[in-house]
Amino acid sequence: MASFRVIVVGGGLAGLSATMKLAELGAEVWLISLTPVKRSHSCCAQGGINSVNNLTRQLGDSEWSHFEDTVYGGDFLQHQPPVKEMAEWAPRIIDLMDRLGVTFNRTPEGFRDQRRFGGTLYPRTAFAGATTGQQLLYALDEQVRRWEVTGHVRKFEFWEYLGPVLDENGVCRGCTVQDLVSMEIRALPGDALVIASGGCGVIFGRSTMSMACNGSAVSRTYQAGARYGNPEFIQVHPTAIPGSDKLRLMSESARGEGGRVWVPRRPQDPRPPHQIPEKERYYFLEERYPKYGNLVPRDIATREIFKVCTQEGLSVEKDRQCVYLDLTHLPRDLLDRKLGGILEIYEKFQGVDPRSVPMKIFPAVHYSMGGLWVDYERTAAGGLRIGSPRNQHTNITGIFAAGECDYQYHGANRLGANSLLSCIFSGLIAAPGILSYLKDGDQGARDRSPSSLFKQAERRQRERLEELLRRPQDGDNPYLIHQELGRVMTAAATVVRHNEELDRAYEKVLELEARAKHCALSDRGSWTNQNLVFARALEDMFPVAKAILRGARMRDECRGAHYKPEFEMPPITAKDPAEARRQAEAWCDRFEANTRRWLESTIATCDSGGEPAIHYEEVDTGLIPPRPRLYGLVGGQIIEQVWRERQQPQVAAAASSG
Amino acid sequence: MTDSSDSQRPGGPRPRQINVRVRRQDGPARRPYWETFALPYEPDLNVISVLQKIAALGRNAAGKSVPPVAWECNCLEEICGACTMLINGRVRQACTALVDRLLEQNPREIRLEPMSKFPVVRDLVVDRTRIFATLKKVSAWVPVDNYLDLGPGPRQSQENQEIAYLLSKCMSCGCCMEACPQFLKIEVRRLPGESEDDYRRREGEITNHAFMGAAAVAQIDLFNSNPIGAMNARERLDVLIGEGGIQVCGNAQNCVKVCPKEIPLTTSIARMGRAATIHMFRRWFDL
Repeated sequence: MASFRVIVVGGGLAGLSATMKLAELGAEVWLISLTPVKRSHSCCAQGGINSVNNLTRQLGDSEWSHFEDTVYGGDFLQHQPPVKEMAEWAPRIIDLMDRLGVTFNRTPEGFRDQRRFGGTLYPRTAFAGATTGQQLLYALDEQVRRWEVTGHVRKFEFWEYLGPVLDENGVCRGCTVQDLVSMEIRALPGDALVIASGGCGVIFGRSTMSMACNGSAVSRTYQAGARYGNPEFIQVHPTAIPGSDKLRLMSESARGEGGRVWVPRRPQDPRPPHQIPEKERYYFLEERYPKYGNLVPRDIATREIFKVCTQEGLSVEKDRQCVYLDLTHLPRDLLDRKLGGILEIYEKFQGVDPRSVPMKIFPAVHYSMGGLWVDYERTAAGGLRIGSPRNQHTNITGIFAAGECDYQYHGANRLGANSLLSCIFSGLIAAPGILSYLKDGDQGARDRSPSSLFKQAERRQRERLEELLRRPQDGDNPYLIHQELGRVMTAAATVVRHNEELDRAYEKVLELEARAKHCALSDRGSWTNQNLVFARALEDMFPVAKAILRGARMRDECRGAHYKPEFEMPPITAKDPAEARRQAEAWCDRFEANTRRWLESTIATCDSGGEPAIHYEEVDTGLIPPRPRLYGLVGGQIIEQVWRERQQPQVAAAASSG
Repeated sequence: MTDSSDSQRPGGPRPRQINVRVRRQDGPARRPYWETFALPYEPDLNVISVLQKIAALGRNAAGKSVPPVAWECNCLEEICGACTMLINGRVRQACTALVDRLLEQNPREIRLEPMSKFPVVRDLVVDRTRIFATLKKVSAWVPVDNYLDLGPGPRQSQENQEIAYLLSKCMSCGCCMEACPQFLKIEVRRLPGESEDDYRRREGEITNHAFMGAAAVAQIDLFNSNPIGAMNARERLDVLIGEGGIQVCGNAQNCVKVCPKEIPLTTSIARMGRAATIHMFRRWFDL
């Protein structure tokens, strides 16, 4: 058997691609997952996966342009070399997934079909119906099963990761886990640990995320000393279907295929939507952003929908906020072929056919751009050195992170159809780096790690478990505390953020945390005790929740998904050209000052009391200089003009010196 | 909700409370029992939100404090396959089981039971390891040489893609197995002192002889129709005609009726039946 053992936590796209590649490179992999990996949250991704391709190339697209769209979409908050590398790998990743049997939609000539997604002008997105994430997940699941048969991979499904095991030098030697059926706790020795546990949407109560996405694996690693980057950047997806248990995603591909967002111009117009004539409909995204229309990036679409409903009072319904997402003008056969999966979801849960009646949708928490801080090694050309042990490596030696739970690729806002790409990419490139780390490192460390280290780790986790089971029965119900946490987080830290509200939310979260530490279990058994598992995960939501709130409180600006009206850049209001120009000059001055102050990653470190300590870190924007992010907003042209003029001398200077 | 479809709800006025009767079981060798829970009526619930509310309530209809009902779920949008159970006697996903529709069928109660073809772990949680073991048995994967950059996969027609996509949506939920009269429950108990590995190995050896079920047949169809997967189609066909293979199918056609993803399982079974016959002849004549 292989000489190295790597433990991977999480079996979504990132965990499975890392596992598959590690197995190919000869490592033994132990894969820990809360659910059978085939049921991981990646299956919920609908719309597709981005890459430049032969079709878009002929329209002027390139790897560079995919890279540029991603950093512009992310408001320049991500380090550029990893993003550049990802865009370059994208076509090869899609080819690989194609070979693995992913059922990508085809053109009549048999090529992979592509659609357009938000934040780009090119049809860059390959897709498999409207269940692309499911199809990609299954292809990787199948490959990992192949390695399971050959004995390279061992799965621990229905096992929960409880935290890393660190030696006296702070180097990771394995992790503690619990069997969620028998409730047995074990410490597993491993030479490296990969956290690929996904997002933390469950902290917001209801979101588009699956029930396993509670952020507890990340939280336990963060509490053990790992840094958490950009916690305040939470993507709120513009289009979700409200539900009492979950806010179900309505994919961006609905707009990519021509879906239009609108509200009646007359507030709460009682007529059914098809009786409202075209001129009485307000297609607010198309009117405000004629260049990108319904395909502006998600943060912008979300804010516009939110504003139309809350500030302008134009919600379709009076008691419940929502806008129309209309597909009824599109041919039914096209809808069935390209969007069947998501339209079925709407039909099943709402009992209405979206092919004939416009859908009612509203924004919902969807993705964590922030996550575990990870390193990378830059090449002179501005890409990544593949195989570097620094890639995807957290600040804890021996712990790597990949997928949604790392902070690396999406900056302040993620573009649609880039998450499947970043998950597979980060998982794939983590593998050779881990092997280098293991080969360069101290090979005998595992053997020399004293068994007392693991015994002690097991004992600590058992003590935590027993403390939970011993609690008096008069405490709060953990499910009710969770509902309240979700309400507080959703109200204070989603679409619109105000400092006073964030302060109040922090106080409230501290109070809920104290109550959670004394919550009572209604199940004290030692067999499949879901009550206990939930209560423990709930406790671990608080350190992350506090990092999100603190990060948001301290960042006094607007960037991507983080929006504080108090610090919003003023619009150009003057009609007089000279005055408009003066306003635009002032706007650009302020933009430059803000970039100098705030274009930095937020880095949270957990102190011994579970409180976040925040510092800021420079962002590598060496390849594409930051610029105002306007997406052709009506009224924004003068800003773009002034900005271009300001860049001219710099470009000319660079050209003459080069 | 203001949809016209909602303002005229069929089934008349809603009950004031929702009664939920759950078939519970504390562990594998324990005796099952029924427990009833009562919740105030709310519109637009599904069975998942009912189970969440039961957990938050913490007591049964008699007011007694009881452990929450154990059940499995993840995505809540019928794509992960986790929350399969029997609802009013019918196998389905709990997330798409809408309470208002269930109350139209029976306003007095909603009945929840674990699947009967898999060993109960606790309450509504069953052990479906067998489903994934079968995917190993039938080599449900494309055997690529490596994960390096070797260009795209083969070009495919829209027609092939559409068939493959339908089959590839199988989420291993187990509905088709629950509904199949030929797919029988196998419960292998762990022996005292037996390691988890040894237990799973022994269990696998036993379930491997039993019927693979419609989902596995459709997976063979999927991978044998993939241009690269077809290269080891014979291996899969050997399994298909082996013990627990397609010949066990009694053509009851229940599978296709209960599949939540509407996979044309019986079409696959028919197609694979023909392939099996041809394969058998070829084996006899050593072609």
